[in-house]
Amino acid sequence: MMETSVQERPLLDIRGLEVTFRTEGGDVVPVRGVDLRVEAGKTTALVGESGSGKSVTSLAIMGLLPRPYGRVSKGVAEFRRRSGAVVDLASAGQGVVRALRGNEIAMIFQEPMTSLNPVMTVGEQIAEQVRLHMALAPQAAMRHAVEMLSLVEIPDAARRAGDYPHQMSGGMRQRVMIALAMSCNPRLLIADEPTTALDVTIQAQILDLIERLRKEHSMGVLFITHNLAVVAEIADTVTVMYAGEVVEKANVRDIFHNSRHPYTAALVDCLPERARRDSNGRRIVAAIPGSVTSAAEATGCRFAPRCQRAVEACEAGSPELLVAGTGHEVRCFRWSEA
Amino acid sequence: MFAALARRLAGMLIVMFIVATMVFFLTRLAPGDPAALMLGEQASLADVAELRKTYGLDQPVIVQYALWLKELLRGNLGQSIFLQRPVIVAIAERAEPTFFLALLSILVATAIGVPAGIASAVWRGRASDQAVSGGAMLAASIPSFWLGLIFIQFFAVRLGWFPVAGYGPPGASFAERLYHLMLPASVLGIVNSALITRFTRASMLDVLNEDYVRTARAKGLSEARVILRHGLGNALVPIITVVGLTAALLVGGAIVTETVFGLPGIGNLVVSAVLRRDYPVIQGALIVIAGIYVLINFSIDVMYTLVDPRVKY
Repeated sequence: MMETSVQERPLLDIRGLEVTFRTEGGDVVPVRGVDLRVEAGKTTALVGESGSGKSVTSLAIMGLLPRPYGRVSKGVAEFRRRSGAVVDLASAGQGVVRALRGNEIAMIFQEPMTSLNPVMTVGEQIAEQVRLHMALAPQAAMRHAVEMLSLVEIPDAARRAGDYPHQMSGGMRQRVMIALAMSCNPRLLIADEPTTALDVTIQAQILDLIERLRKEHSMGVLFITHNLAVVAEIADTVTVMYAGEVVEKANVRDIFHNSRHPYTAALVDCLPERARRDSNGRRIVAAIPGSVTSAAEATGCRFAPRCQRAVEACEAGSPELLVAGTGHEVRCFRWSEA
Repeated sequence: MFAALARRLAGMLIVMFIVATMVFFLTRLAPGDPAALMLGEQASLADVAELRKTYGLDQPVIVQYALWLKELLRGNLGQSIFLQRPVIVAIAERAEPTFFLALLSILVATAIGVPAGIASAVWRGRASDQAVSGGAMLAASIPSFWLGLIFIQFFAVRLGWFPVAGYGPPGASFAERLYHLMLPASVLGIVNSALITRFTRASMLDVLNEDYVRTARAKGLSEARVILRHGLGNALVPIITVVGLTAALLVGGAIVTETVFGLPGIGNLVVSAVLRRDYPVIQGALIVIAGIYVLINFSIDVMYTLVDPRVKY
């Protein structure tokens, strides 16, 4: 019975995650009440504007919150290891989480231009991680690094392994970052806006690559983005964040066609393909008026100040995540009216 | 690569030529006549004139300059007026204590400054950072002669661990001579560590905020490896610069420290030459020091290419 319950658990199960930063002006809570799931072999998209807490959430999972100021102050982040054992990343010691980083949980960052060490060859940067987690000898580790560079379709990988990052283009560097992330065959890949800094044509290639690797390695992917067009392409389930809170969770179809939270609906309306035409036939892309409320000053629903449907109750109390259907949760008092 | 090296070498030669010219004329600008100084106040004008002639000091300055430059190109720094031997020999005799004092001092300064700077950056804002910053401020403010006297009093006189002064008796072994350098090298090392500490701290603080340091942590590397391999590895360029410049300053002769510890080094040689208007020695010593400066600067540039693959010539 134990066995089956372990098998049914998701790869990553975050419940009630809250992150606190200690600042000179007092404690700041950039992320609270975050519920998030990633299933093995599936992609969960984490969507939100800048400052919504997406990246802080990912750093909390990785145990990379800036020390000593940032810490997980509430909640659990249960990760199912290769061995089947479940570890709570939020409460586990530094050493436990470090052993998982780059090994069972890998991460790709937004800025390929600055995320690689400029004074080490790319091959050495991958081999360093391989030596650490796979206990390979230096030469075997370098051979493995070259294989990883081939896996991410870098031509002439054996030669390029000796290149320094500045000798490569942005797209190539992001491939190197993916090769680095994949090198120890992780169960969970966290991709924090991996295509945002890249040309559109390169973006598609990188997305295809991540998709291919996810399928081949039945790896869970947490894909962090503000780009809903990307979400439509790759996500199985979507979690939408606003001002540090999860406001809606659903499968990708429901997000685009049956969204229950006014923020999600507004985001979807901002997509260029949803643009309406004005009387002259020009297309007008919608925008959400206002800007994200700072987490500190919110009393009621954090989206209320920008919400077209807000009523008095929305300003008074903050809503909980409510079940709106199978696998569909929403943080809105008025979700059923949508 | 060779073209760049050739350009670089030509540049160094031009610098040396300018230094030689400035050294020659600035030396002549100072009032005083070595011949008169040598013969004393009782000497007759005729005797002084005679001696001036012997050393070529009666010729027009521009002729003296041309002659000196010609000899310099042949590698001849001339003859000392007071020491009765070639300048190059006088310098060579004094080079050893200065060279090893500079080397040991820079080792001490680096051994203190780099780890202290790293620790201070890693624990920024905490007690250890404040302790290091305070210590660096203190070290930078202490005059080396005072620290030298305190060290002599404590380590040499009271504890008797080190010799009080000097460079050992004639014929002392190399180990014994180095032993005499321990105290002065510690003094210079401590005083010069302050700047290295501050540069290391600032450079590490910049680097530790870089995205690739976060990547290194995301790889699961130990914190020590993140800081030393990925942090320090990228922070080296400014550190090498300040260590190199400090080394160059020390080679120029730590005159005060050499005096306090009675070391027969270049600094002492230059001071006594200046007091006696021993033009050839002043000129020769300054040329050699400038040459070492230029060489150290060149090696700093070469080291940049070794620690940072983005730097190319």
